[in-house]
Amino acid sequence: MAEKMNLTQNFLKGIVKENPVFVMLLGMCPTLGVTSSALNGLGMGVATLFVLLMSNIVVSLIKTQIPSKVRIPAFIIIIASFVTIVEMVLEAFIPFLYEQLGIFIPLIVVNCLILGRAEAFASKNNLISSIVDALGMGIGFVIALTVLGAAREILGSGSLFEFKFVSEDANTFILFILPPGAFIALAYLAVLFNKISIKTT
Amino acid sequence: MSKKKDTFINMVVSLFAITIVAGFSLGYVNDVTAGPKAKAKLEKKVNALKLVLPTFDNNPVIDIKLIKSDKVKDSVEVYPAFLNNEFVGAAVVGTTYKGFSGLIKIMVGFKPNGVIQNIVVLEQKETPGLGTKMKDEIFLRQFRNINPSKFNLKVKKDGGEVDALTGATITARAFGEAAQMAFDEFMKNRDLLIESKN
Repeated sequence: MAEKMNLTQNFLKGIVKENPVFVMLLGMCPTLGVTSSALNGLGMGVATLFVLLMSNIVVSLIKTQIPSKVRIPAFIIIIASFVTIVEMVLEAFIPFLYEQLGIFIPLIVVNCLILGRAEAFASKNNLISSIVDALGMGIGFVIALTVLGAAREILGSGSLFEFKFVSEDANTFILFILPPGAFIALAYLAVLFNKISIKTT
Repeated sequence: MSKKKDTFINMVVSLFAITIVAGFSLGYVNDVTAGPKAKAKLEKKVNALKLVLPTFDNNPVIDIKLIKSDKVKDSVEVYPAFLNNEFVGAAVVGTTYKGFSGLIKIMVGFKPNGVIQNIVVLEQKETPGLGTKMKDEIFLRQFRNINPSKFNLKVKKDGGEVDALTGATITARAFGEAAQMAFDEFMKNRDLLIESKN
């Protein structure tokens, strides 16, 4: 029972207490770069979730075989391979998303969230808890990116998931689509998130 | 199992093994996705052709003509369309690097007399929500059924007749330029295209 409790906590910590975007502020480059719409945020989040899950699994499986002096290059090779796989699969089967995310897909390699989890968690824990950790962190990342993308899309384009609810030529806060809007929206969402999560815990 | 020691041979062997496995798995995935990747690209092109050209019964992708031009690095892609062996129009791929984020690639469909049938955006990296509005109906429709020899493709700010996009004048300007380039290439090669089938 205690074991199970731990797994649930492990899973939930990635979503609430240690949310990678709103609390730990990890992986800011894709967070600020691609979230100009909810769909882009969701796509990027899912791609990252997949890479995070696979790299955590592999790192946790072969952790005893990697001498600690070369662990970082070893992790990076593992992560880069999965990112390249994601890139090729997206280009072949979801070309629409591939075009939208553009340069940010290869940049998943340097997302510190993934290397951070491999280094701080998967290289020290067993397979099951590494998988749970990756799922929790990844889903936390997906939620954060989708919410941020949705907030920017609603304010900046007057639509949500490409569904428009203002007229074609209405004036919207264009600022929120542009890079400064990403910082502003992220800051306010982080404040809101921390306020709510502190109150409930 | 205890952790491997940091000896030189251990480090070399483990990195070597990881890179070998990574290399082989990447090669495998590349082989698997090569087919669908090419197919997706072709499908996109065919869909774009169907949108910009009048009804046709040949295969423009096979009849493609690559025309050398001094304005662009590569040759210009021209897709002629025929119906019952008669030339009914051609789609020209217009490119420019003057977009807000570089390359903009559009496909412009012309009727034989040079009137624009329709335009689709093939590739762009413009700002989402601003420059990407060039894909919207409200912007594209002002180009339909006009003849660029009588219609100035520059934005109004530059003395032309195109309504620019709010907040994305550079994109609209580049778009007009790419369309102009496609028109110039089409007019230069029109006679050659009309003759090509017979």
